[in-house]
Amino acid sequence: MNKQPLSHLDWLEAEAIHILREVAGQCSNPVLLFSGGKDSLCILRLAEKAFRPGKFPFPLLHIDTGHNYQEVINFRDQRAAELGERLIVRSVEDSMKRGTVVLKTPDEPRNKHQSVTLLEAIEEFGFDCCIGGARRDEEKARAKERIMSFRDEFGQWDPKNQRPELWNLYNARSHKGENIRAFPISNWTEMDVWQYIERENLQLPSIYFAHQRDVVMRGGAIVPINVPLANGDVVNPPKTGEEIINMQVRFRTVGDITCTAPVISDADNVSKIVLETATTTITERGATRLDDQTSDASMEQRKKEGYF
Amino acid sequence: MTNKTQNDSLLRFMTCGSVDDGKSTLIGRLLFDTKTILADTLTQISNTSKKRGMEAVDLSLLTDGLQAEREQGITIDVAYRYFSTGTRKYIIADAPGHEQYTRNMVTAASTANLAIILIDARRGVLTQTRRHSYLAHLVGIQHIVVAVNKMDLVNYDQAIYDKICADYTAFAKEIGLAQARDIRFIPMSALNGDMLVDRLDSMPWYQGETLLEMLEKAPAAHTEQSEEFRFPVQFVCRPHASADVALHDFRGFMGRVESGDIAVGDAVTVLPNGYQSKVKAIQLGEAQLQSAQTEQSITLLLEDEIDTSRGDMIVKTGSNIAPVKQIEAFVCWLSETPMSTARTYIIRHTTRESKAKVGAISYKVDVNTLEQQTTTDLKMNDIARISFKLAQPLMVDSYSQNRATGAFIVIDESTNNTVGAGMIV
Repeated sequence: MNKQPLSHLDWLEAEAIHILREVAGQCSNPVLLFSGGKDSLCILRLAEKAFRPGKFPFPLLHIDTGHNYQEVINFRDQRAAELGERLIVRSVEDSMKRGTVVLKTPDEPRNKHQSVTLLEAIEEFGFDCCIGGARRDEEKARAKERIMSFRDEFGQWDPKNQRPELWNLYNARSHKGENIRAFPISNWTEMDVWQYIERENLQLPSIYFAHQRDVVMRGGAIVPINVPLANGDVVNPPKTGEEIINMQVRFRTVGDITCTAPVISDADNVSKIVLETATTTITERGATRLDDQTSDASMEQRKKEGYF
Repeated sequence: MTNKTQNDSLLRFMTCGSVDDGKSTLIGRLLFDTKTILADTLTQISNTSKKRGMEAVDLSLLTDGLQAEREQGITIDVAYRYFSTGTRKYIIADAPGHEQYTRNMVTAASTANLAIILIDARRGVLTQTRRHSYLAHLVGIQHIVVAVNKMDLVNYDQAIYDKICADYTAFAKEIGLAQARDIRFIPMSALNGDMLVDRLDSMPWYQGETLLEMLEKAPAAHTEQSEEFRFPVQFVCRPHASADVALHDFRGFMGRVESGDIAVGDAVTVLPNGYQSKVKAIQLGEAQLQSAQTEQSITLLLEDEIDTSRGDMIVKTGSNIAPVKQIEAFVCWLSETPMSTARTYIIRHTTRESKAKVGAISYKVDVNTLEQQTTTDLKMNDIARISFKLAQPLMVDSYSQNRATGAFIVIDESTNNTVGAGMIV
């Protein structure tokens, strides 16, 4: 009998470690999706707790849209090196060169095209399970997501054809070509993530913290402009007539530059972010993800097409 | 620590009821009144309410599901919702209550420690109330809150509430629920937010706790009775190729304490082989622990070099558990393809798998009348008492004693689907 139940963070941590170990125990060739974002950084920490002093029983994989913030990419490489784990990077731009990704317009957001590159990477390496940082509280299409989610040969998620998931008995079996997506932090909220980052003293890319940035207001959202890339290109030029404002902002989620908006904030450390998260009035994706606002069901649609 | 929720516990509960009972409204209310709903979501559902010609904001839209469901006007699966009160974090498993969704209810119940059973005050105890209660009982939920909803539609009449409580208590005794479980009653109006988080002045005759007060006080899982130590091995860590030579003899048994507790120095036995040793160390990440408790994911190091792999179970020496090759269980069938008694299935129990052949089906339970019926087959949503013969030994407890080591899932090897959920008798 537990006289004192585990704290909610200890419980969530224990559950996530258990899920990671089930993936390692049940799957023959899993991979951990790692973007340098806060959720995947939590998962790296959980993987350390799950598998050290051994090496991770999976490599790390990043699907790079080519439009990621340089700070995040640098951080991603640095973190993988510190951990001494293998990082695989596959790029949407390579899929574009192969002709498997075709953009409608050159400045179309590339987020949804990550699905194609991910499926190509799955096929290239023969991965049978991809571990990701998705959470059920993020979006309503995720509220019904399994912890071990089954995808068919085309990477498609069929909400009506998912395996029932009972107790903590996960079924990660798959046939060749099929794939399991495993979500160890399914039951975490944005608040839990920030509290865990604070408790574990995790380092994050600098753009999560308040900083000065040139932005424009576009359709009610704050849009960062003239963002430099490593190759010298500049993404998101302002449109004619838009007024450039220098604002103090931070990012609540990081992703493709063209579809991730920052929020106004003076939270320059994790404690301040925890406080801000407790008092915010806008949901994480509502505030920051321009791609979820296209339609009521846009996340559901993308997931059916093989998105994470 | 900047937020006081940091050190607080977690409760998983489920809601049983159909749309007509106000289940979605109840969940929407809990989320809204605990300030979980943020402004943009509220604007979204307020716009949808207007579009559908409603006057007030319809909070049940908060649990509105997928496009696929909205098009068909149904709820097809278990959804999980989250809220936090500052003293506790909650995970709600929201399962539709229709008859054909027994499997979803069983799924939702499997991780819950408390169930809210909704009754429409105008309609009283119905067949579905019996079904929900039986299933909650079967799946071992310890705490039942019977929420008599829509009191506003019966003029907050205490007599009606009392009658429903009496009817339910009588029925609960009949199925053995009353003796085994903690059952509480509460009158409410989810629509008006009455007696959920706030206590309005419509029912002065009810001086009991509000729903949220009940939830805040409900014991967390594994805090009420002592349980035997059960540690199914998930993964063995042997970093013998590590650059650090000191780790070449490291042999860590990784897993989650499913029940009970363990301390350094405890004598343990590894099943099914029966090797004995002592706990040398307990690790959680970099931390060295002196002891570990239920639900903690840890790494165990033993004094002796024992050949142990995934699927083995570490218990305290002398614990009353032995490997078995035959089990008897209540099974809920989850698949559209009926069970075939001629086939071999896979049973996954803790971290272990075994091939299994169906033995005898003793009887099927009609979840509405609770009658036992003889049967030769098992279709989706059926619940039956079945025996299985196993190719590999499993280390089991009865489900009523231990929800972790008494539970299993049945897998169809041809599709890899999870087709059954079992609770060992």
